[in-house]
Order: sequence, then C-alpha cells, then structure tokens
Amino acid sequence: MRAFLAFVIILLGAAAAAVYASAYIVHQNEQALVLEFGKPKRVVQQPGLHWKLPLVETVDIFDKRILDIDTSTQEVTASDQKRLLVDAFARYKIVDPLKFYQTLRLESNVRSRLGPIVESALRRALGGATFQDLVRDKREALMKQIAANVNEEGKDFGLEVVDVRIKRADLPDQNLKSVFDRMRAERLREAAEFRAQGTGEANRIKATADREVTVIKAEATRKGEELRGAGEAERNKIFADAFGRDPDFFAFYRSMQAYEQGLKPGDTRLVISPDSDFFKYFSNPQGTEPAPTPPKP
Amino acid sequence: MPWSNQSGGGGNGGGWKGGGGGGGPWGQGPGSQPPDLEEMLKRSQDRMKQVMHGGGIPGPLAFLAALVAAAVVAWYAFFFRVDPDELGVVMRFGEFVRQEPPGLHFRYPYPIEEVIRPKVTTQNIIEIGMRSANFERGFGGGGVQDVKEESLMLTGDENTVDIDFVVYWRIKDAAQYLFNIQNPNNTVKEVAESAMREVVGQSEIQPLLTQARQKTEAAVLKLMQDTLNGYGAGIQIDQVTLQKVDPPSEVIDAFRDVQAARADKERLQNEAFAYANKVVPEARGEAERILQGAEGFKQQTVAEAQGQTVRFLKVYDEYKKAPEVTRKRIFLETMERVFGGTDKVIIDSKSGQGVVPYLPLDQLQQRRQPSEGGN
Repeated sequence: MRAFLAFVIILLGAAAAAVYASAYIVHQNEQALVLEFGKPKRVVQQPGLHWKLPLVETVDIFDKRILDIDTSTQEVTASDQKRLLVDAFARYKIVDPLKFYQTLRLESNVRSRLGPIVESALRRALGGATFQDLVRDKREALMKQIAANVNEEGKDFGLEVVDVRIKRADLPDQNLKSVFDRMRAERLREAAEFRAQGTGEANRIKATADREVTVIKAEATRKGEELRGAGEAERNKIFADAFGRDPDFFAFYRSMQAYEQGLKPGDTRLVISPDSDFFKYFSNPQGTEPAPTPPKP
Repeated sequence: MPWSNQSGGGGNGGGWKGGGGGGGPWGQGPGSQPPDLEEMLKRSQDRMKQVMHGGGIPGPLAFLAALVAAAVVAWYAFFFRVDPDELGVVMRFGEFVRQEPPGLHFRYPYPIEEVIRPKVTTQNIIEIGMRSANFERGFGGGGVQDVKEESLMLTGDENTVDIDFVVYWRIKDAAQYLFNIQNPNNTVKEVAESAMREVVGQSEIQPLLTQARQKTEAAVLKLMQDTLNGYGAGIQIDQVTLQKVDPPSEVIDAFRDVQAARADKERLQNEAFAYANKVVPEARGEAERILQGAEGFKQQTVAEAQGQTVRFLKVYDEYKKAPEVTRKRIFLETMERVFGGTDKVIIDSKSGQGVVPYLPLDQLQQRRQPSEGGN
C-alpha cells in the first residue's frame, strides 16, 4: 500500500516533469522558433499552448510587437548645400524569427545593425532633396522613401520596417544664429514699416484735414465776397434809383455833404478869397456880380 | 477588499486561528500582494499533514481549517476583480481570449489563464518641449523647465519657433495596446514630436504665432492618430494642446518691437484723426463767421444806402417846392458849419494883384489870430 502510493506519486511527478519539459506557451505578443539540436524546425506564430519533444527540441521566443529604434542625430547636407541636424526613429517588427536568429539573435543587436542602415538611407534620401523639400514640401514622401529603402535592407535580418519618421530636422547652432539674425532683421523691417505706415497715414489724415480746412475757408470767403458784392450792387442800385431823379441837385447835395465831412474842424486851414459866393455880401450888401474863385487848399 | 473579509471575518476564522497556533500565511495577508498560489498550496498541504499527524488537534477542526483554506485558494485562483478604470484582458495559455468589464469575473487558475488589467479610462499626459515639476497636480504650481532641443523647430519660411505642447491620450483598444506595440509611451512621444514638426514645417511663422493655433492642434492630432493607427497601437489621442508658441528667446525682443510698432501706428493714426476732428470743425466755425460777417456787411450797406436815399428824397421833396431858396440855404448852412470850425485866411485877390503874398503857413499854426492883408 505504502509502496503503491509512492509509485503513484513518482508517476505523477514524472508526468508533471514530462509536461513541463514538452509544453511551452507562446503569448499573444510573441512568436517562437523551435530548434532541433540547433536545426531550425518550425516557426510558431499562433499564441497558445504548444508541444515539443523534450530535450530534443528547444524553443526561442521573439517579440511580435512593433519595436522602436531611435537613430543618433545626423548632420546631413541637403542638395542645396544647407546643413541640417536630422533625428529620426524607425518602427519595425520581427517577421522572420529564423533570419533574425541567424543574423542578429537579440533585439539589443538591432540598434547596431539597423541604426546605420536607417542613417545611411536618411543621408541618401536627404542628399537628393533640398532644405525646403525636407522641412516643408516633401517630408512625407521622403519618409516613405526612406522607410521603403530601410525595409528592403531589413528583410535580410528578418525584419519588417513599418515606418521611418523624421523626428527633428533642425539647423546646426552656427546656422541657427544666422537664422535668428535674419528673423530679427525681418522683424525690425516690419516694425519700421508699421511705424512708417503710421506716420504716412497720419500725414495723409492731417493733410486731408488741412485741405478741407482750406477749402471750407475759401468757399466761405467766396460766398462772403459774393454777399458783399451783392450788398454793394444793391446799394448802387438804390442810390442810382434815388439820385437819378435829379442828378444836378444830387451833385450839389452830395457835394455839400462831402464838404462837411471832408473839411473837419481842427485839421483844416483854408486860404480863401472873399470873392466866393459865400462872401457875396461880404463887401457888397447888394450882392451883385460875384466872381467865385475856387478856394486854394 | 474581499481578501480581508475572508480572513478576518466570521466566527470560524477565530476558531481556526486558535487551533492552528496563530499566525500562518493568512494572518498577515490584508493589503499585501496575493502570494504565489503554488507556494500557498504547498504550505497549506504541509500544515494539513502536520495537523493530521500531530494528533493533538481533533479531526473535524482540521477538516474545517482545510476547507477554509481551500475556499480562499479557490477564490483567488478562480476569480479576479476589475476596477472601474480598468479592463480585464484574459489570456489562455498566452492567447488573448476575451475582455472583461469592471466587476468580478471567473477565470481558470494560473497556468491556464492569465489576466492583465490595463487602465483604459485614465488619460495619459505627455509634455513636449517642457517638463513641469508637479505636472500630476495640475498646471501652474511648480516651475516649468524648458527643453530647448524638443521645442525649437523650423517653420516653412525658414524661421524658428519655440513650441511647447501637451498630448493627452488614452487606450482605445486594450488588446491592440498590449500586444501590438512594445513601448507605447515613447511611441506616442516620438510620433507627437515628428507630427508637430511636420505640421510646423508646413506653415509660416506669423500665422503660427497668432491665429493658427487651433488649426495646428487639429492637424497634429490627426497626423498622430493616423500614424498610430498605422501601427495598430490601440491608442486614441484625445487632445493636443499648444502651451506656448513663441519666437525663440533670442529674437523675442524684435517680435515685441513689431507689436509696439503696430501700437505706434495706431497711435499716430489716432492722433491724426484727433487733429482732423479738431481743425475741420474749427474751420467750419470760421467759415460761418466769415459768412455771417459778409451777410452783416451786405445788410448794413443796403440799410445805409436806403437810409441815405430816404434822407435825400426827403430833402429833395422839399427842394422841389422851392429849388432856388433851398439850394442857397443848404449851401450857406453847410459853409457856415465848414467855415465855423476851420482856421481860415482870407486874401483879397484884388488888393495883392501881381504880388505873391507871403504866407508863413507853419507860423500860422502857432498864431491864433493871423491877420495879413486885412481882416
């Protein structure tokens, strides 16, 4: 009884050991390469529980996910001789575990082999493009081209390069300084332009106002002169109407007024002859034969 | 936790503890990680053996203890809980089989089924171009450190702009997220940088600094989402927020000067308008003054003329009645007034015939009574 129990336990243990040695799990994010004494037998992509021959077959597990690799910053010269610091990253996955095993074996080796490939593809593609192509116009197309190139070479390593993206494309420090200088100069020009526009606009507004002032005043003066002219014309008409009735008397009457107005007391000295009509009776009460002489001033 | 309820609660628990000699693997349980199930099984078997062979403890009690232990083990082996912010991703022998929402769920024990519980509702935040000290506690609190090499980028018109931005993302598809990409956080960050530079590279600096913020954010979000979808990353970009869009600090003065110049322009124009608004109304007033003056002159002239005319006509009417007499009277009266007020010298031309009389006019000025040649 006791021996039987021991036997059963040993049997169970052996069974467990056998299961442990011949079963392996491939996770959803993994793939496996099964080797028979080092000879590649099969690749297992399907996740789940799998079986192998214990001791004879060994299993290597590889990642199936998209993995990343970041290149070091490259200084490249574009076709128009402008220099650029370019930093890119690639996304790849292992599609052929056997090739991968044969060429790289470990993920940590990818960086040292694929990195230079990405970098040289980058240089090749960018060398044929201008600075503007890279920064603005053809970035997407260039990245596609680079990814295609890298993918082609990656096949040798059992890799599929999903994507290569240019992360940074910047100017080197010494060029950056000249860009800053140019930016500053442009801004200063813009500022000067704004100020000049302001002054110009202000002058225009003031000049317009001044012109308006001149015109308003001139117009007013014209109307004023018209009014004055009209007034004088009316005056002349009134006088002509009235005085035209007896020009002779008007001449006499107006002369009298003029004498009175013109010869003011105090500032006038008369040297007169007593022959004038005024003195008609001066020496002759009969008032005969006056000989009027115009008074001398 | 169900864990603590199990071990601490209930009357049997106390009895078991007393029988078992206190402590044991269960007593120290609450709060700690679930222990390795295999080990737990082994240990409880040992204990069971001890209890059975020790003989000191009666059979039923040992059986009860074994039952409780088995129940606890079963609980942890066959069930798992998913918190409200999580999703339970179940894998059978490593193969993804199903997803479970928050709550309590059944599973097969360890070697058969495994559960990963990613936090699918949590919004993840990635800062690019800066690192704020206490980002988790929200904005504004701590100092923000600028990361120049991330934030300086080239624009399409070969200018450089300093952009800090934040990306909010979350897991959209837990299975894709877990099984398709290796390094999600880094992937999102690199894709964000790449996308932002691509978008900025296609725009010019002026709109970027001013009105194109929303457009930029939307474009970056779309580009990022497309790229990540291309990876099958199972990640959703919720929001891309531009924190700071400035010219580089080296040239920011020049940009500020442009703002100042704009203000100057406004000011100059306003001053000019003020001037115009002052002088033009003044001129209108002046014009009115001129017109009124002229109108006044006209009316005055006409009125004077009418007045003089009326006076003349009055005199003339009288004159017509007796022309000779009136004429003479007017003459004499006028002469009377004229001579009455003036200095005069009367020279009889008959007496001084042929001799030019000497008249010292300047002396006459002084002498009040000039008498030469008779008076």
